[in-house]
Amino acid sequence: MAGGNPASTTEYIQHHLQNSVFGKLPAGFERQTENGVEVLAADTWMMAHGASEAAAMGFWAIHVDSMAWSIGLGILFCWVFRSAAKRATTTAPSGLLGFVELIVDFVDGAVRDSFSGHNKMIAPLALTIFVWVFLMNLMDLIPVDLVPMLLMMAGVEYQKIVPSTDPNITMGMALGVFVLMLYYNIKVKGFGFVKELTLHPFNHWAFIPVNLFMELVGLLAKPFSLGLRLFGNMYAGEMIFILIAMMFAAGAGTGLIAGGLNAHLFGEQTNGLFWLLIFVLVCGVCWLNLKGKLSTSNTVILSLLLLTIGGGIFALGGGLMQWGWAIFHILVITLQAFIFMVLTVVYLSMAHEEDH
Amino acid sequence: MNINLTLFGQMVTFAMFVWFCMRFVWPVIIDAMEERQKKIADGLDAADRAMRDLEVAQAQAGDQMREAKQDAAGIIDQATKRASQIVEEAKQLAIAEGDRLKAAAAADIEQDVNRAKEELRIAVASLALAGAEKILETSVDDTAHRALVDQLATQL
Repeated sequence: MAGGNPASTTEYIQHHLQNSVFGKLPAGFERQTENGVEVLAADTWMMAHGASEAAAMGFWAIHVDSMAWSIGLGILFCWVFRSAAKRATTTAPSGLLGFVELIVDFVDGAVRDSFSGHNKMIAPLALTIFVWVFLMNLMDLIPVDLVPMLLMMAGVEYQKIVPSTDPNITMGMALGVFVLMLYYNIKVKGFGFVKELTLHPFNHWAFIPVNLFMELVGLLAKPFSLGLRLFGNMYAGEMIFILIAMMFAAGAGTGLIAGGLNAHLFGEQTNGLFWLLIFVLVCGVCWLNLKGKLSTSNTVILSLLLLTIGGGIFALGGGLMQWGWAIFHILVITLQAFIFMVLTVVYLSMAHEEDH
Repeated sequence: MNINLTLFGQMVTFAMFVWFCMRFVWPVIIDAMEERQKKIADGLDAADRAMRDLEVAQAQAGDQMREAKQDAAGIIDQATKRASQIVEEAKQLAIAEGDRLKAAAAADIEQDVNRAKEELRIAVASLALAGAEKILETSVDDTAHRALVDQLATQL
C-alpha cells in the first residue's frame, strides 16, 4: 500500500503531503541531483523535485496538482449543471435535472433563510461554493494511494488530489469571498462602513482606535476562519486516511502468498500490481453478487479469502478502518461544504445590512 | 503548505466559475423551477375552481330536478283531477241519457197501454154489441146504436 519510493514512515507521510509544484528557483540555489550538487546560474522555472526545492521557490510557485484538480472539478460542476440547465423544462423533471434541481432548491432555501437583501449574485455564488467545495472534498474518499501511485507509474513524482487540503485553495476562495464582502460593504453602506468600523461597539470619538482595532480584527477573522476551517478539517481527515493506510501497509506483505510470492515477483517494495489484481478480483466478486450470480455469504467468504491470500488480516483491518473513516468522512465533507456556503452567505448578508 | 501563486490562481478560477454559474446555470434552472411552480399552482387553482364549478352545477341540477319533480307532480295532480272530472261528467251524461231513455220507454209503454185500452174498448164495444144483439135477438140498428156503444166505450 505504501507505494514505491518512500522507504520510511516519515517519508511516506511527507511524500503524501507534498504538492506537485511548478515554480521559479532562485539563482544560486543548490540542487541535489544524481550527478551531485548543481548550482543554478539564473532564475529557473521548473517542476520542483522534493520539498526543499518547493520551499525554495517561495511565493513564485504554483501547485499544479491542486489547480488542476480544482479546475477540473469546477469544470465538472459547470458541465453537469449546464447540461441539466439545457434540459430544464417546466414539465416534470427527470434524471439528472431532478437531481440538480434538488441541489439548487436546497441552496436556494439556505440562501433565502440567511440572506435578507436582494442580490442576484448570492445564490449562484452559494451554489458554486457548495458543489465545488463538496467535489473537492469528495476527492478525499478516493483511496489515498490510488491516484498518486498510478500517476507515479506514469512518471509524476508528487500528487495531492484533494485540493481542499491545500491552504492556497481554501484561502483563495475565502479571499474571494472577502473581496466581495468589502465590495458590498462599501457599495451598500458607503461612509456607513467607516462609521461601523470606528464607532462600534463604543459609540464615542475617544474610542475610535479601540473600535477600529476590534472591528478590523473581527473583519479579518472572517476570511481566515472561513478558509482555515475548511483546510483544517480536510487536512486532518486526509491525515487520518494516510495514517490508517500506513499503519496497515505493513500487513500487506503478510498474506499467505503475497508475503513470499509478491516479494519474489516484484522485489520487496513494489506490490502495487499484485494489489491491483486483488482489487480487480474483489471487485469482480462484488459485481457477480450484484448480478445475482453469487450469494452474499459466498461473496463475503470469497472476499475474505482473497484478502487473506493477498494481504492478510492486517490489510483487512486497515481496509475496514479506511472504510469506516470514509463513511464518517462523508458527513464531514458535506458538512464542511455546507458550512463554507452558509458562512459566505451570512458574511455577505451582514455586508448588506445597514445596522447590526 | 506554502502560500504561493496558487492562492491567486484559485481566486481567479473561483471568480470564473461563479460567473459561469451566474450567467448560464442558476437563472435557467431557477426560472424553469419557478415557472413550473407557477404552473402547478395554477393547475391546483384550476382544479379547485373546477371543483367549485362542479358543486354549483350539481346544486343547480338538483334544483332543476326538484322543480321538474314538482312540475310533474302538479301535472299528474291536474290530470287526475281532470280524469275524475271527465268520469263525473260521463256519469252525469249517462244518468241523464238513462233518464231520457227511461222516460221514452215509459212514454212508449203508456202509448202502448193507451192503444191497447183503445183496442180493448173497441173490442169490448164490439163484444157488447154482439152480446146485446145476441140477447135481444133482434136486429138492432147498427148505425143507430153504434154511437151509443162508442160513448159507452169511452167511459171505460
